[in-house]
This record gives sequence, C-alpha cells and structure tokens, in this order.
Amino acid sequence: MKSGYFKSPWRVIVYIALILSTFLWLVPILTALITSVRTFDDILVNGFMSLPEKITFVNFITAWERGGLKHYLPNSFIITLPSLFLTLLLSSFGAYALARFKFKGNRLLFYTFVGGMLLPFQVLMLPVFRLTDRLGLYDTYWGLIGIHTAFQLGFCTFMLRNYMRTVPGEIIEAARMDGSSELRIWAQIMLPLTMPAIAAIATLEFTWIFNDYLWAIVLLRSDSLKPITAGLATLQGQFVTDWPVIVAGALMGTVPTLLAFLFLQRYFIEGLTLGSTK
Amino acid sequence: MLSKRRNLVPYLFLLIPVIVYLIWIIGPMMYTFYLSLTDWNGLVTPSFIGLENFERLFRDKVFVLSLINNLKWLLAFTTIPVVLGLGLAMVLNQAIPGEKIFKMSFYMPMVLATVVSGLIWGWLYHPRGGLINFILETTHIVEKGPGWLSDRDIVLWSIIIVAIWRQVGYVMVLYLAGLKSINPQLIEAAHIDGASYWRTFWSVILPLLAPVTTIVMVISVIDSLRAFDLVSIMTRGGPANASSVLANFMYIESFNNYKMGYGAAIAVVMFFLSLAFILVYLWRVMQDEMEY
Repeated sequence: MKSGYFKSPWRVIVYIALILSTFLWLVPILTALITSVRTFDDILVNGFMSLPEKITFVNFITAWERGGLKHYLPNSFIITLPSLFLTLLLSSFGAYALARFKFKGNRLLFYTFVGGMLLPFQVLMLPVFRLTDRLGLYDTYWGLIGIHTAFQLGFCTFMLRNYMRTVPGEIIEAARMDGSSELRIWAQIMLPLTMPAIAAIATLEFTWIFNDYLWAIVLLRSDSLKPITAGLATLQGQFVTDWPVIVAGALMGTVPTLLAFLFLQRYFIEGLTLGSTK
Repeated sequence: MLSKRRNLVPYLFLLIPVIVYLIWIIGPMMYTFYLSLTDWNGLVTPSFIGLENFERLFRDKVFVLSLINNLKWLLAFTTIPVVLGLGLAMVLNQAIPGEKIFKMSFYMPMVLATVVSGLIWGWLYHPRGGLINFILETTHIVEKGPGWLSDRDIVLWSIIIVAIWRQVGYVMVLYLAGLKSINPQLIEAAHIDGASYWRTFWSVILPLLAPVTTIVMVISVIDSLRAFDLVSIMTRGGPANASSVLANFMYIESFNNYKMGYGAAIAVVMFFLSLAFILVYLWRVMQDEMEY
C-alpha cells in the first residue's frame, strides 16, 4: 500500500535525501551515546571512529555521584511538578472566566496574557530577582516555582481559553438551570471536557519548565538546590576536559523529557500546534 | 439579584491568576523601564540618572556587536529553518514509508534542553577528538580543522547551527498542521487544471499556508531575540565577545559586573525590538477573534 509512494524516480531521490538528512540530524545524539560509554584517553589515542577498547558505564556513575546529578535531577522534578500544577490550575480558572463570561475588560485581559507570553525574559529578570529576594524566596525552590507559574500563565490561559470556547454552550446552560454553582460547573463540566487540551499543554509545559536554565541561574545560588540544567553547567566546569563524563551527564539529564516525549508524543505535537491553526 | 452575583463570578475566577500575573510579569516589566533610567549595583537604592544608560549603550562596542549578532541570528533563523521545515513538512505530509521514524528524528532535538544540546555540540566541535574535526582531518579535507568555538570569525555561526538543528522540527510541526487543514479538493482542482507540482505549491499551497508562515516568522524572531542558553553554555559570548548576543550581554552586565541599571537599559532595547512582532502576533489573534 505504502510502497505506491515510489512511483517516480524523482520520489526515490527525495527519499534518499530524506534518509541522509535524518541520519545527519541524529549524528549529534548518536555521537553522544557512543562517547558516553568510552574513556577520553581511548578516544584521543585511537580516534573517534575506532572500536572502543571496552564499553564502560563509569562515566554515568561519575556524573551521577561526583558530578552531583543525584541532587540535580530530583531538584528538577521538585521545581517542575508544583509549577506545572499551579500554572494549570490558575490558568484553567482564568481561562474559564475569559472563555465563558461577558464582562468589562475581558478582551484586554486576554490580550495581556497573550502578549506577555512573548516577552523576552530579560525584560523581567532584574525586578523578578529583586522581588524574589524581598519575598525571602531567593535561593529557594519556591522562588523558581513562582516565576515559572506566573510566566507560563500567559501561554496556558491563551490555549485553554480558546479550547474552552469550543465547548457547546448548551451543556453549561443546562447545568446552570439545574442550579449548579459556577465552581461546580468548572470542576465537573469544564475541566473534564478540556482534558485533551490540558494533557497537550501539560506535556509541553513539563518540557519547557524542566529545561529552563536562565531562571535557575538567576534565582538560585546553592549548588544543592540547582535543577539539572544549571547543574550541568556546573558539571561542565568541574570536568572541564573529561568530555565523556560531561556528555554522559547531559544524556542522563535529558532522559525525563525524552521519556515524556516518547510516551506522550501525540499530546506534545498537539500542544505545539494548538495555537497556530484553527 | 441572581444576575448581579453572576456578574461577579468571572472576576472571582480571575482574581488569583491576575494578581499573580501583575506581581510577577506586568509589574516587573514596568519596573524594568524605571530601572533603565537609574544607576544601580543591585545593593543600594537605585539612583535616577535619566537617559544616561542609553547614551552609553549606543557608544558601547559590545552592545553594537551583540545587536549585530542578534540580527545575523534573526536572519538565519527566519530563513534556513523555515525553508527546511516547510520542505520536510511537504515531503512527510504524504503516506511515506518510515514516516514516524523520520518525524521523530527531527522532533528529538527540540525536546532536549538547550543546555544539553549546547554540551553535546560543544563536544562535536571540540578541536581535538571532536567528531567534526576528526572527519575533516582523517579525510584530509583540511590539514587542521578550525577552532569552531574559538575562532572569532566562525564562532557565532557554529552556535547558530545548533539553534537551527533544534528549530527545524518545530517549524515542521507547525507546517504539517497547516497542511492538514488545507482542503485537499483545492489541490485536486489545481492538478485537474494541469498545474505542475511546483506551480501548485507556489500558487495554491503556499498562499494557503500564509497564516502559519506569519506565526512561524513571529516565533522565529522572538526566539532569536531570546537566544541565551546556547551562547551561555558554549562560549559565554567569547572569544572577545565575538559570539555575544543581547540576552547574554544583559546577563553579564547585570549579574557579573553588577551594572543593573545598565542591564535594565539593554532589556528595554530588547523589549522594543520584540514589540513590533508581539503586536503582529496579537493582530493575528485579534483576526481570529473577529471570526467568532
């Protein structure tokens, strides 16, 4: 059925080009995988293309123990999961109001959320640094959770509001007739019906927050609190020339987002395209 | 009575999100504008100095260099990944053997943290032992491979390549979604009229993809202004500021040199550079609203 694709020689050429460019795209990741199981001496002496003297997992152990990944990786989850929960909770509140009620300032608030999500971080950096310090949250997990929750509100509110508008109005009207409170409508009708969008946005947001580097280096100082991204920067300084350890650390640091992507790929892609087409 | 209560409901739902947004986003944005008019080392109270920071900024060679580097980044970003992403989307939008594997391979880089990409590519670029120079030298294409991250003439492009590697999959996703929403009958009609593949692409498909292209362009520009992680992790803007970009320059001035008023002024410039594109995006969103 699918072999019907190759009906012209032109398509065969395109296909070969596609295979080559796909391989090219994977080379950096393949290189990292191969490097991580060899010692640096082995690579330097025998050259990259040689067969490894022996396969070793010592680089992963070094990165995990001495490189501190055993602290950094859990920290990433401690920061990411509450941020994700809070931003989804707050934005689903706000999105419901913006999607389902006519009131003064609706559009203005909506456009403020949409515009805010495109701001360069630098525009917020110094005041947020000062604010976090004043709140006594500098160098704590909560300082980071605060800015992540707030910043991601823009994107989440935008996406959820647009999705909630597609829910048929009759369902909500019927519930109101039955005397349900608005909070109940939000919890028992709106949220369940919005789940496909929430799943898509959550997958995407998990990756974004987990991969944040800038806020982590601005709002944290203690090595013991750093998430994996900032931790990898420290690791790089610690093992300056021992590239197999650095690369092994980088690979381990990307396992959570890679797993999330592999298992939730459909949601991930849906999340990316929610806003671009209608 | 009942209707009055209902009037309050949306405000109650919005109360906490809006307060959080005002405190962490809108307030800080305003405060950055004020800080840009002050001399502040981050410790004592900021002292008002008017537009002095901006006057100094435009005489600062590193600022001008960073601005130019951002423009180069922007130029590369609004062309190369867009063409590649659109091309891939066109090819992969058909039933093609191995479609899933192809798509996954191009998506993969955007899932990795930028820090992780920076480290992996840092190793590929390594002058001794790194894969790229190893291939160049063992195939005798060159006697001695260049210092990808230490040569002032090429360092910025070395970093931009990594950014492009990450971006292509994203653009492809957006165009694939756009292509799915095109009515196949329109393309069919063009074929029946005897239009060639290229002609159909240029005069039917591409115009229909225009809304997606607008979004892709805005995102590309915003992303290129936000560029920070890769530069920070791969070179810190060096050697001799050759790979400095505004975001990185702002961070170093603020947090390494403690010139926070000056840093705020750089942020304000970045704000105005992105403003036009934020407005284009908002305009697009408003157009969608009109259809309701």
